[in-house]
Amino acid sequence: MKSAVLVFPGINRERDMARTLKIISGQEPAMVWHTETELPKGTDLAVIPGGFSYGDYLRCGAIAARSPVMDAVRSFAAKGGLVLAVCNGFQIACEAGLLPGVLMRNARLKFICRDVYLRVERSDTPFTRGYNAGQVIRVPSAHGEGNYIADVETIARLEGEGRVLFRYSAPDGKLNADFNFNGATNAIAGIVNDKGNVLGMMPHPENHVEAAIGCTDGRGLFAGLADHLARAA
Amino acid sequence: MKARVTVTLKTGVLDPQGKAIEGALRSLGVTGVASVRQGKVFDIEIEGSDKAKAEAALKAAADKLLANTVIENYRVEVLG
Repeated sequence: MKSAVLVFPGINRERDMARTLKIISGQEPAMVWHTETELPKGTDLAVIPGGFSYGDYLRCGAIAARSPVMDAVRSFAAKGGLVLAVCNGFQIACEAGLLPGVLMRNARLKFICRDVYLRVERSDTPFTRGYNAGQVIRVPSAHGEGNYIADVETIARLEGEGRVLFRYSAPDGKLNADFNFNGATNAIAGIVNDKGNVLGMMPHPENHVEAAIGCTDGRGLFAGLADHLARAA
Repeated sequence: MKARVTVTLKTGVLDPQGKAIEGALRSLGVTGVASVRQGKVFDIEIEGSDKAKAEAALKAAADKLLANTVIENYRVEVLG
């Protein structure tokens, strides 16, 4: 799995992401600076990591979304390349038009940094094949703007086309307003684009892959991607 | 020329910050406030004196960057 991790000024989760990609795939990812106009040749997976690109000025992800490297990501995605966008990366992907909707300020206005539970909605995608549908995973979350909203038609289309891959849930998988901590529409934590090759999600699966951390629930996402790419090759 | 772009949230888009400000005003004893919606104002200095060109540039700025038109509306004014 040849991966490329994008780096913007103000991003701070790119090394966590690179470490995870190395652990799972055995291959060091390329770190790609935001002024680049192309992704490295043979890239299988482009990753937009989390952090606070441009200090969250204007709107989260707004300025990073307009940088040169995002044109390269758009054309990579248009050709079917896999894109994983986490946290600030999800916000950047929405601002760049790779994914529909917007991540608004958390409903209770607080920056929330803790482990959350995600229900995996389906297992037949490159991003979730490492899980079973309905499985609940525990992953860290750290954001102030993760409250996913979109217009009624977009939400209906996302739901109708099965494009919601992760939802905030209780540990037993039941949906419950107490566990939808940021107030996201339909407890949406992660969605894919219409072609299913771009995933945006708020929580950080890359931080739960090593036993020493106490939880490896995030492993399935990366192992699944590596497996998908190995089979496609 | 001085110009101003005002960005506001579209009707129906939930505004948790506006709601918090509304609550704070109430607790400060400011009466008669029915609701608050928070927006942004950009004061922009435009080169030259062609008003039509300025408006076109401001509109491009708003469409490309200043506003996210999924959730926001904007208004452009050339103040002269």
